[in-house]
Amino acid sequence: MQRVAITHVAQSSGMESKESLMDFTYRVNKEILDKAGLKRREVGCIVAGSADIFHSGLSCANAFDWDGIGAFLKEGSRAEESAFSFIYGCMRILSGRYETVLVTALVKGSENPDNDPITSFYGDPFYLRPVGVNESVVAAMQMRQYLERYGVTEEQCAKVAVKNLGNALFNPYADRKRRVSLEDVMASERVYDPLKALECAPKSDGVVAVLLASEERAKTLSKKPVWLSGYGCSMDHFHPGDRDLLKGQLPAAAQRAYKMAGIDDPGKQIDVAEVCEPYAFQELLWCEHLGFCGEGQGGRWIDSGMPLMDGALPVNPSGGVLATNPYPARGLYRIAEAALQIKEEAGEHQVGKKVRTALAHSTHGFGGQCHSVVILSA
Amino acid sequence: MAKEYRTMRNDVTLPYQWALGKTWSRFFDGLKDGRIQGTKCAGCGRVYVPARSFCPVCFTDTTQWVDVKPEGKILTWTLVREKYLGQVQEPPYVVALIQLDGSDCGFSHFIGGFDLSDAGQLKRKLKTGAKVKAVWSPVRNADIRDITCFVPVE
Ligand SMILES: [Zn+2]
Repeated sequence: MQRVAITHVAQSSGMESKESLMDFTYRVNKEILDKAGLKRREVGCIVAGSADIFHSGLSCANAFDWDGIGAFLKEGSRAEESAFSFIYGCMRILSGRYETVLVTALVKGSENPDNDPITSFYGDPFYLRPVGVNESVVAAMQMRQYLERYGVTEEQCAKVAVKNLGNALFNPYADRKRRVSLEDVMASERVYDPLKALECAPKSDGVVAVLLASEERAKTLSKKPVWLSGYGCSMDHFHPGDRDLLKGQLPAAAQRAYKMAGIDDPGKQIDVAEVCEPYAFQELLWCEHLGFCGEGQGGRWIDSGMPLMDGALPVNPSGGVLATNPYPARGLYRIAEAALQIKEEAGEHQVGKKVRTALAHSTHGFGGQCHSVVILSA
Repeated sequence: MAKEYRTMRNDVTLPYQWALGKTWSRFFDGLKDGRIQGTKCAGCGRVYVPARSFCPVCFTDTTQWVDVKPEGKILTWTLVREKYLGQVQEPPYVVALIQLDGSDCGFSHFIGGFDLSDAGQLKRKLKTGAKVKAVWSPVRNADIRDITCFVPVE
């Protein structure tokens, strides 16, 4: 079968950019093409990851995005979840039609309303919206169940924020750069009790681009291509009340990706993971669902030090979404960071161990309604 | 701090007119009459509230209407202290998933009826599994706020 590689990666800082959205998009896409030594007209096609009205105040946002991505006179498409943009790009290579595909995700969080008013619009206007349901509300209700059902402690959840914000200090692209202690997190306001302010992701800017290539083309474009070896995705019901918030679709998505990648012991076979954790406790829950530890063991797992930067399975060495949250682009950021770890190009936040297999995860919707899992290999 | 570049504010207001359809119209009309109605799936037996036209699991039409009690138990909850644009009410307030007696899913609504600034009351009344009952709004418009909130039953 045809193989797909990531040959190059470029990303912007998550901090507020002074550029217009179109210029901001252009800079990163210009950078990746320069790195690859490609002219705009030489790129096969383009898949964008961007969101419309609520995240950019534009309708049909891709129409505005195309110029900055270099899509003029090309075939292209777009998804609002950037992990989907990635897999759609991979499929175009697998189809045999294209040798290269540029996948780019973009947003300027600094320009649009806060996350809570925006995610309130995930809810329908007659039932969920009028009773104040938003992403943080559902996450807080999910966290309470997580604490109560498994006896995981609030301190164990807070440790995720301490770890990820600590890692972000070594990532020049991170948005929230602040050393926080366990006491700082625990003492931060209980904004959505039991969720604390420092356990909730910020709102960031971000453009991230990955260049995909067919096997043959990848070998001429890069000395160290990173290969797609597994992918899985699964969706849950819309209404949070129709689901068990602790038994979502991530195990199903992960199993699909693991099967494709030939992974039967993820805790041992995966060297590093970039997990989408807009709320601190979710990293523990997602790691359970990814099979890194057993059901209800997330708290003990972080206590063990396994997911630390120098641990046996580092999780979010980049600082994750708790440090940088360019909302629709955050999935592709995870994929780009996982690729950089395999390429040994992550810089100061390169993990100490040798990385041959990396996992990237993305999620969106209330309480993780949808999950995507990507496995990359050296 | 003044920015070194110009920004331009742009507010967008657009009207949308959503159809409720037959099933949701009947559900909301029921609220106006003080009834909470669900629909039952003949395939798996689940009772959904608010009522649904189809079971999302079996992917078949629901056929039977059932009245569920305006009371149930708290599945999980959060106390909202954060303030944000366009919020449905002034914080603090409590949003919960409530399993209504006779239904098989969580119903999203507010919990209230006591002083949320009183830590002792909060601890005593807001518990997973606690029994709650609906408080009906004095003014009803056939919408979800025809229920003001659910209050803990001692
Ligand atoms: Zn059914």
